[in-house]
Amino acid sequence: MTRSFQQSRRDFLKAGALAGSGLVIGFTLPVTGRRASAAGDFRPNAFLRVDASGNVTVVCGLSEMGQGVLTAIPMLVAEELDADWTRVRVEQAPADKAYINPVFGMQGTGGSTSVMGHWEPMRKAGAAAREMLITAAASTWGVAAGDCRTEPGAVVGPGGRRLGYGDLADKAGALPVPAEPKLKDPGTFRLLGTSLRRLDSPPKVNGSATFGMDVRLPGMLTAVMARPPAPGAKLVSVDESKARAIPGVRDVIRIPQGVAVLADGYWQASSGRDALVIEWDKGRFAGASTEKISKQLHDGLAREGAVARADGDTSVAVARSIEATYEVPYLAHACMEPMNCTAWVRADGAEIWAGTQGPGPHQGIVAGLTGLPPEKVKVNTLYLGGGFGRRFAGDFIVDATLLSKAAGKPVKLVYSREDDTRAMFFRPLSVTKFKAGFDAAGKPVSFSARVASPSVTIAAGFATELKDGIDDEAVDGIRQFAYDVPNVRVEYVREEPGYQVWFWRSVGNSQNYFFLEGFVDEMAAAAGKDPYEFRRDLLAGQPRHRAVLELAAEKAGWGKPLPAGVHRGIAVAHSFGSYVAEVAEVSVGDDGAVKVHRVVAAADCGQVVNPQIVRRQVEGAIVYGLSAALYGRIDIKDGEVVQGNFDDYPVLRMREMPKVEVHIVPSGEKPTGIGEPGLPPAAPAVCNAIFAATGQRIRKLPIDAGLLKKA
Amino acid sequence: MIALTINGKTVETDASPDTPLLWVLRDELGLTGTKFGCGIAECGACTVHLDGRAVRSCATPLRRAAGKQVTTIEAMSAERVGHAVQQAWLKIDVPQCGYCQSGQIMSAVALLTKNPAPSDADIDSAMSGNLCRCGTYNQVREAIHEAAASLKA
Ligand code: FES
Ligand code: FES
Repeated sequence: MTRSFQQSRRDFLKAGALAGSGLVIGFTLPVTGRRASAAGDFRPNAFLRVDASGNVTVVCGLSEMGQGVLTAIPMLVAEELDADWTRVRVEQAPADKAYINPVFGMQGTGGSTSVMGHWEPMRKAGAAAREMLITAAASTWGVAAGDCRTEPGAVVGPGGRRLGYGDLADKAGALPVPAEPKLKDPGTFRLLGTSLRRLDSPPKVNGSATFGMDVRLPGMLTAVMARPPAPGAKLVSVDESKARAIPGVRDVIRIPQGVAVLADGYWQASSGRDALVIEWDKGRFAGASTEKISKQLHDGLAREGAVARADGDTSVAVARSIEATYEVPYLAHACMEPMNCTAWVRADGAEIWAGTQGPGPHQGIVAGLTGLPPEKVKVNTLYLGGGFGRRFAGDFIVDATLLSKAAGKPVKLVYSREDDTRAMFFRPLSVTKFKAGFDAAGKPVSFSARVASPSVTIAAGFATELKDGIDDEAVDGIRQFAYDVPNVRVEYVREEPGYQVWFWRSVGNSQNYFFLEGFVDEMAAAAGKDPYEFRRDLLAGQPRHRAVLELAAEKAGWGKPLPAGVHRGIAVAHSFGSYVAEVAEVSVGDDGAVKVHRVVAAADCGQVVNPQIVRRQVEGAIVYGLSAALYGRIDIKDGEVVQGNFDDYPVLRMREMPKVEVHIVPSGEKPTGIGEPGLPPAAPAVCNAIFAATGQRIRKLPIDAGLLKKA
Repeated sequence: MIALTINGKTVETDASPDTPLLWVLRDELGLTGTKFGCGIAECGACTVHLDGRAVRSCATPLRRAAGKQVTTIEAMSAERVGHAVQQAWLKIDVPQCGYCQSGQIMSAVALLTKNPAPSDADIDSAMSGNLCRCGTYNQVREAIHEAAASLKA
């Protein structure tokens, strides 16, 4: 950790010169976690500026996609700086090595890592600045630093004299940065742990917030593309004449990924794209279908997989056993803002404007495509109209770059909703087979799971080969099976149907906890136990699992009567370092329609920066999970994606929205993720409630109302 | 040439009459507060007011707006109900990613203008055409009640 905050005076002055006058703090983040990079290189991660008028600007290298990072990061800095929150503003950083996410080793936002990765470095940045401001004031007054303290936005000295941070900025800027500034005792936090309003709300309420989609440049053309309808489909022929005849259409350009129509605006470009007469050769995918892909994965379950976990011996003799197989379909992310990117490639440099989760890697992509050095590629990260993992992908960046390069103009590439849904960055279709054995007393003694799924790790290019044949994402959640069962085995069978798979909010946890917590409910039923008590007993050695489980059950009134026809289900999950349990209250109509009335969640994500944002993230993740459970399915027919828009890929609407309560477990632990962990328990809690209501197990999503119809 | 009134100003455009109003607003006039989400009247991100009524601008051909009053999110702070709704939105701190929020606000303003004290069922029916992938529905509901209360006061 010490390495993280060493910064030479020279580097500091360099940072100061870069950012203008006043006090500027650059700092280095420790690189931790799985993608650590070489030690020793200097990487100031973000800058904090205090200007002469006392305004504090925090420059944030993380992308705002709704999760509140443009509020949370400034809160971390402001707490230790003892800043006046009303004077704190936030600025989005460009792509620069300075802003590498310490958990990833690249500049990117995802994996619920933002607060966990920046909790200490950002606070240290604020604390260092505060110490320097105190030193500056003490020397101005000729008193000892130890006789000075701070109040929000000012240093206060002996006799009550005070100087605002703005008055001290220049002097403080000339001081060396303390290597090990002292952090506050959490008991004295003034901002952290409070529900400060989001800094990005005002522009989002008056329409002025600029999303990628809103970029407008002089001379810009808008591009809409025809893309291969199946993986790797080859362009056989294209007749552009009708497209070119549309007023406002300026060009038709072929790039390896498809055919683009460039026009003055979106409407002309999309009309032009629709007027292209294209023939594709779908090759070996011509006959691909959901049924065949599903069968391929189910067949995969017959093979032995790579062993992801083996405790004890799952072949022990048992008095009785149960088995079940679960399945989920492909899913699209359906961010509210369809994918888009504006690029301007010139001979001497390139610039892109996008809502991107990966400014760092995307800068590299543009550099690679243009032959420019990365520092000549400027990345402007705008507000993301939803991310959910999708905006880590490079497809829209690549195509916009190539089109601008070919057109010699700024080009805004826009996906229609259908293009977005069919771009084939899907949550994997995945199947899992479970088996559990019980002793004569009904106690579970063995648990085994075999997951068959494509590999997101490989698809995303994070590895070219799986270590020991295991894709961590594919078995995430199941491998960490936390219940007290002595013999556990988890296997992974890799099956690759050929459709691109990708990170989707909570990644493997999103389907694996539906599988696992559904099956654990089946185990409870087989043991003749209450599903809550069964879990609670088997989690006796897992205090944090158990605490959220108990809190959710208590707040939901587990075991207490409900209105006629309403039933409860429960599930608990541990993902991205956090623990979340949810109780769903559900009724099922005679026609099989499922109504979710209320979801009560309990979350433990360590220390909390902003409780309201945490609760909203959990609630939002529940909504995302419910949409998937109730409706979400991407089907393949004749090699092509069937669904396209919200009419055939429905998501939860206002009238279906349950009441949601989120309770936070007080914790002194280090902060862990919260953008994703609310999602995994949602589907199993609902499906377990459906079992309580109807006796029908839901082992496949989306929930099939036909199964639940009263005969 | 088609003439229409946008946020109180008369605007003439030579866009073809079947161009959806959304793209005239966004691409021609630079009013980018109105968002594109689906293009088929399924998501509500593009909601504007046409003579005070909430419409989906992605499915409103320019010709249908000819001679009419179009109001967008950019004009809401200058309107009584619009301002109250925006203040309620800030108080509840509704937005997450924010992309759907212009449309949510435009639908909420139209609802409250017609019905100053909407029930939950009224909110369900007026707001179910506005999707939010971030899941802010309960906050939207709360903010509508909040705005209704503040308008009554
Ligand atoms: S963009 Fe108009 S309703 Fe979706
Ligand atoms: S706030 Fe993100 S879609 Fe509604």
